[in-house]
Amino acid sequence: MAVISLTINGKKRTINADPQMPLLWAVRDVVGLKGTKFGCGMAQCGACTVHLNGKPIRSCITPVSTVANKKITTIEGVGSEARLHPVQQAWIEEQVPQCGYCQSGQIMSAVALLNTNPDPTDAEIDQAMSGNICRCGTYNRVRKAIHRASDMMKESALKTK
Amino acid sequence: MKQQPSLSLNRRAFLKTGGLTVSSLVIGFNSAQAGSELVNLSERVAEKALVSLEVSPLVILENTGKIILMAHKPEIGQGTFQSMPLIVAEELEVSLDQVEIRQAMADKKFGNMGVGGSYSVRSEWANLRKAGAAAREMLTQAAAKTWNVPVDECYAREGKIFHKPTGKSSSYGALTEIAKTLDVPKEPKLKDAKEFRLVGKPSKRPDIPAKVTGRAKFGIDAEVPGMLYASVDRAPVMQATIKSFEDTAAKKIPGVQHVLKAERKMNKNTFQGVAVLADTYWAALQGRRALKVEWDNGQYGAFNSADITARFKELAKTDGHVDTNKGDFDTAFAGATKKLEADYELPFAAHAPMEPQNCLASVKGDTVEIWTSTQLPDDVQKETAKYLNIPPENVMVHVLFVGGGFGRRLFLDQVMEAVYLSKQVGRPVKVVWTREDDMAGGPYRPATYSRLRAGFDGAGKPVAFQHKVVAPSINDTQFGSKDPAKRQDDGAMEGLKEAPYDIPNLRFNNVFADVPVPMGWWRAVYSATTCFAHESFVDEMAHAVGQDPLAFRLNLIGENTRMKNLLTFLREQSGWEKPLPAGWGKGVAFWQFFAGQAGHVVYVSKTDKGVKIEKIVAAVDCGTAVNPDNVRSQIEGGTVMGLTAALKSAITFEEGRAKQTNFHDYQMLRLNETPPIEVHILPSSESPIGVGEPGLPPAAPALANAIFAATGKRVRKLPFDINDLG
Repeated sequence: MAVISLTINGKKRTINADPQMPLLWAVRDVVGLKGTKFGCGMAQCGACTVHLNGKPIRSCITPVSTVANKKITTIEGVGSEARLHPVQQAWIEEQVPQCGYCQSGQIMSAVALLNTNPDPTDAEIDQAMSGNICRCGTYNRVRKAIHRASDMMKESALKTK
Repeated sequence: MKQQPSLSLNRRAFLKTGGLTVSSLVIGFNSAQAGSELVNLSERVAEKALVSLEVSPLVILENTGKIILMAHKPEIGQGTFQSMPLIVAEELEVSLDQVEIRQAMADKKFGNMGVGGSYSVRSEWANLRKAGAAAREMLTQAAAKTWNVPVDECYAREGKIFHKPTGKSSSYGALTEIAKTLDVPKEPKLKDAKEFRLVGKPSKRPDIPAKVTGRAKFGIDAEVPGMLYASVDRAPVMQATIKSFEDTAAKKIPGVQHVLKAERKMNKNTFQGVAVLADTYWAALQGRRALKVEWDNGQYGAFNSADITARFKELAKTDGHVDTNKGDFDTAFAGATKKLEADYELPFAAHAPMEPQNCLASVKGDTVEIWTSTQLPDDVQKETAKYLNIPPENVMVHVLFVGGGFGRRLFLDQVMEAVYLSKQVGRPVKVVWTREDDMAGGPYRPATYSRLRAGFDGAGKPVAFQHKVVAPSINDTQFGSKDPAKRQDDGAMEGLKEAPYDIPNLRFNNVFADVPVPMGWWRAVYSATTCFAHESFVDEMAHAVGQDPLAFRLNLIGENTRMKNLLTFLREQSGWEKPLPAGWGKGVAFWQFFAGQAGHVVYVSKTDKGVKIEKIVAAVDCGTAVNPDNVRSQIEGGTVMGLTAALKSAITFEEGRAKQTNFHDYQMLRLNETPPIEVHILPSSESPIGVGEPGLPPAAPALANAIFAATGKRVRKLPFDINDLG
């Protein structure tokens, strides 16, 4: 066991955990943020996607000790119902989720994509999103929602200019 | 619309309500079954706490103005969390943002709370409408009484009763006290479909904001103070028994509290395991990995997929049970001018919902509290009670959002496992399966083997048709068969019987295949495999006589106008008759079965060694589409699951165990592989029927038929590689 200090969604947290414990379980069971989901445990499905210094990673295979003092963002840090991120808003507009279990991971991958590429092509969406499995089959809506979020973000960028 | 997936009382809401005298009008049924009578439950609500009510309170109107509609079925992604309350709201004349939808806990007062068979909306359509309409009529009468005006001068709209001549109005909340004293109308007048404001219009689902912000609580998210996490080392061959286990190393892992034998009851089968219980899930997992368990596979280690094809082929030579026999197939086939025969082979499959199986159970003396993701809340209650030999009312079942069902959560083994462990250690225990546990734990979609034969007369008209299905029995592997001579599962014939083709000499055989592995209901059940064989073979028949496959089908449909209309609609919506670009092919398939009916047209283009799916057009006749956008969503999802089963992995067995363990070797269709899917809903004012499953069966045969059209290659075995057709 070790004392590990984490920065999750801008808040500092100190936890006492096995250094090898995957970040996923640290986030869910120790810190208590349940929005990040367990799907496969071997970086195959993307349900556990979080951001590490803004980049998407699979928290199910990331030992918690390796991310100490780095900036971690989970779905709870992306936006709340009162302050939705454009990606979340687009997800609602396109009515993407069915069961919803994989959607935290889908949204984390989409937000990361749009952060680096505000206007992705279909091929770029394919590339960025093919690591996230949805058993309900919401893929076409995911694609549409990413385009919609991209439009929304461009519009709001124009307004602020 | 507000939504309360969490069942704990919000403290602020409690205080607010606590300061008022709340009076409610509750309209429910004396049971939630079809045809049951509406009753006024207000007095019983006043007498007892809600959880112990004898009857179903589907509509709760409070004098505070609050309107609560109960969602008494679990939300597994199919949308009933909204669509069922929406039907009540329609008749009640309230908009969706005026109501609070509340998820019900398991209680016999709700009758059948299970979700499966694409059955929820259609089975409750009449009941839900009646409940909403009765409440609306009582409120209208209450207003008329208050104003001393004739009832027919009053009408309901947006949560208020209006007096037409004067324009005055009163809110539902203000009328609740008086409405409560009135008799519940036995046959309230239902709205004409033309007056629908909600039904038939796309509306946004209230569970979605919670699902995009990480706030939605699934079974796997439940926790209570003092609980232990469990990971269970299960027999790789499901029916294996424990010879011995060594747990010294496991117990040394910090956080590990107990190592004990586990049991997992799934209907007639009880499987063994060794459970490691720990303070964190990670510790439980590590402890499990440190275990050394010796298993006795008994006779079960001899089961191999490689042998199954040969066995199924042998069985296909036998007649099995003749399920349907019209005319004289043998004579007609023998005398046919032209004959066609083909075999089709479909594999075992796993449900693989994204949320691995899990359950949190807390057994305290003779009471139990359960939090889980299930398709059958009332069965969880009943079966747990039976398992522990306690009364069902001692079992409290919290119904959380379900991270995918697809039939897997019609089985309660994960619940029994958690209940067993909690009882043994006297603490709340949350069992969380790994993906590997889920893949190896069954039950599986039955593999089926189809042998089809058709005979044509001199004019090219089909005169004889036989479809023989060799299939393991879901019922036999789950419940056993009373009569050893009748072990076949009638379900294997489910869609064949409804196939609309009018051929004078017709025979369907159901040949039982014994397998030592538990089978389960998978989305679309037997239709998920038999439709592929049936609709591919009908395509072969059309080509054999040189006819357009869609026109051939239309000509063969007899009395079934519903299917004729659906196919005609699909022809129009898909642009079937338009010329295709060079190198393209199109294929059609459609299917009617217990869940409903839908059809697909698939367009493909030739690639180097395979094809690319250019576009899929689906058509569905679901009767009244309660929320058309959700209908589309379900058909899109069914299509993707059908394509996944056709193009990705199968479950195969080696020495009694499933060879596939996780998503790297049991693959799913991914976003980059998903073609555009258009869904068209046949306009209809009929009562609703299913949408969860009908989108699945025709997708794969329509694709295979398109591949034949484009390449001349006939696919008769799934899964196959779309990039290399061989």
